[in-house]
Amino acid sequence: MSVKVGQAAAAPAFDKAARSALGNTQLRHNVRNATDVIRARRAHAVAETLDWQQLRDSARAIKDHVLRHLAGYLEQFETACAAAGGKVHWARDADEANGIIVDIVRSHNAREVIKVKTMTSDETALNAALEAAGITPIETDLADLIIQLGADKPSHIVVPALHRNKSEIRRLFMEKMHLQDLGERAEDLTAAARRYLRERFLRASVGFSGANFAIAESGSLCVVESEGNGRMCVTLPKVLISLVGVEKIVPTFGDLEVFLQLLARSATGERMNPYNSIWTGVTPGDGPQEFHVVLLDNGRTGVLADAESRATLACIRCGACLNICPVYRQTGGHAYGSIYAGPIGAILTPQLQGMKHSRSLPYASTLCGACLDVCPVKIDIPSILLHLRHKVVKAHGAPLSERLAMKAAARAFSKGKKLESAQKLVRIAQKPYVHDGVISRLPGMLGSWTRFRDLPQVPAESFRQWWAKRQSKETL
Amino acid sequence: MKVSLFITCYNDTLFPATGKAVVSVLERLGHTVDFPQAQTCCGQMHYNTGYQDDARRMMRHFIEVFRDAELICVPSASCVSMIREHYPQLAAETADSSLVRDVEALVPRVYEFCELLVDKLRTVDTGATFPHTVTLHTTCHSLRGTKIGERPVQLLRAVRGLTYIELPQADQCCGFGGTFSIKNADVSAAMLSDKIRAILDTQAEICTAVDNSCLMHIGGALSRQRAGVRCLHLAEILASTAAEAA
Repeated sequence: MSVKVGQAAAAPAFDKAARSALGNTQLRHNVRNATDVIRARRAHAVAETLDWQQLRDSARAIKDHVLRHLAGYLEQFETACAAAGGKVHWARDADEANGIIVDIVRSHNAREVIKVKTMTSDETALNAALEAAGITPIETDLADLIIQLGADKPSHIVVPALHRNKSEIRRLFMEKMHLQDLGERAEDLTAAARRYLRERFLRASVGFSGANFAIAESGSLCVVESEGNGRMCVTLPKVLISLVGVEKIVPTFGDLEVFLQLLARSATGERMNPYNSIWTGVTPGDGPQEFHVVLLDNGRTGVLADAESRATLACIRCGACLNICPVYRQTGGHAYGSIYAGPIGAILTPQLQGMKHSRSLPYASTLCGACLDVCPVKIDIPSILLHLRHKVVKAHGAPLSERLAMKAAARAFSKGKKLESAQKLVRIAQKPYVHDGVISRLPGMLGSWTRFRDLPQVPAESFRQWWAKRQSKETL
Repeated sequence: MKVSLFITCYNDTLFPATGKAVVSVLERLGHTVDFPQAQTCCGQMHYNTGYQDDARRMMRHFIEVFRDAELICVPSASCVSMIREHYPQLAAETADSSLVRDVEALVPRVYEFCELLVDKLRTVDTGATFPHTVTLHTTCHSLRGTKIGERPVQLLRAVRGLTYIELPQADQCCGFGGTFSIKNADVSAAMLSDKIRAILDTQAEICTAVDNSCLMHIGGALSRQRAGVRCLHLAEILASTAAEAA
């Protein structure tokens, strides 16, 4: 089994990728504007509910319950889905899932697949696998279409093209859709996308989706979206294939009451998603006549095995933690090197694909705690980041200079007297670097501090020295 | 009341004036301050960077040093958060039930400086005079960790001569994040530049906070830019009197 998360295993470390993102003025402007708008809309949509905290608690309780009984619920889902005429496949990793999907498409001699927005297929890099098999994937979500046409990568889990602005999109559409002219308004752009997609919707024989929720009792899947393009993908083609992470299970139809309220308000600041598609198996004469569900593990059972971080699997992919994160706000999503960006990406990617490929991600946070405050399922992301940092250190993944510095500091902090000696040592060591009472340039690791900020010099007398003097005066 | 001061390692080393200010305010209000000389560090830097075992040793040391303290005053919300949020877990991860009990007994006696004044000592007016315009950086650990809320503002508003100006986007992190400021220096600096812009827009002379760590970060940029705005821990403002200005 080989777990992969898109191209994340080959991604540069966060700090390096972030540095180039920070230099992109257009990207930073777009990300700032977009997150400001979504933050405000979310805050408004949340404030008008009377029972937001109870909803969060209920959602988390349901997710915890599912994670405790996951195997049973998955089997229940399979049985119910099969009884309704669907076929369930089990995939251990990305390659296995892609293989199953390619085989199904091939068995229908289809050359095109129309796709609903799904992060899970980005995780498995399905599009590349389809293309390698001579099958053309067509993204129908407007933002995903923008990403696909631009050979770009998503930078946000809900609004993947958030780093692009209107004029960039207009140029891209004109070039890729071979348009002589195109207006500049959002309406003009969506009209162009509609014309482009409509013919593809009508000729495709295979549709592909992910799922926001998989309902165990009925074997149903649920997809929420804003455009209606997803609705077309899951209703128009003869064959429908859905790729679903095993953690997407909810026990009953009734549980959607909780999640649909939380998801829409957290993700886009809407009271309800414009399109909520729920379907069960196949219905003769109506919609797809063949329905496949591919249940994907790809590292999820490994996450489940770790009690301290398994809450990661409760995520409903609303993106609220990205929008609120002050780090994401500066860098956008690409710096995270994974299709899962922001705080949730910083805990999910390393856990799914193993720490050795992404040991910089747990450190891509100031632990400010804003993500926990907005998370609709109360995932304690800061605590999980700390847990993962500990794992990095235990696996000797930290740089040598840091390990030595931490060791020296730990020794100094073992006794009051040792701290006092260390303070004296620092006071001498700083001398060549102090000018006019401040330190503006330091060598080594600490040079990263002084690149952007001055450091106050260590004063001649520490607090403990002052106190000791004061005490001895008093006792005289 | 008798108050034991946990000064914190970086205040001890880099910002002794903050410690002196805490002592001065508490003594002025008629309380007795004690400083156990064996104290070192709460372990936060090690814990937050992934060095849990080192942090646990520091926690054990902290418990020994403050075992008999009635009230422990800490002029740092982030160190208080470390103790309140993470000591119980660090203890629980050992099989040592006496350590768990020690932590349970310790945590309720630990107060952030503003909490101690407002909640325990029932003091909002500390008798301070500080004739300057001041804005307050709400540190993440004071906002979401210790949740000390409006207490720093209440204390500032009672200071004579002080003009308080609210900082816009106060809930935004300044980008310090401990070793984050070194490991992700560029992102940290980008966050800091937003914070500096907000502070300068207030036209305040002084930026205060309940954590010198964030102030060292903010003040480091203000100093680099020769911005002419000074960072000062809240305790130093409260210690300032008509006779002795901070």
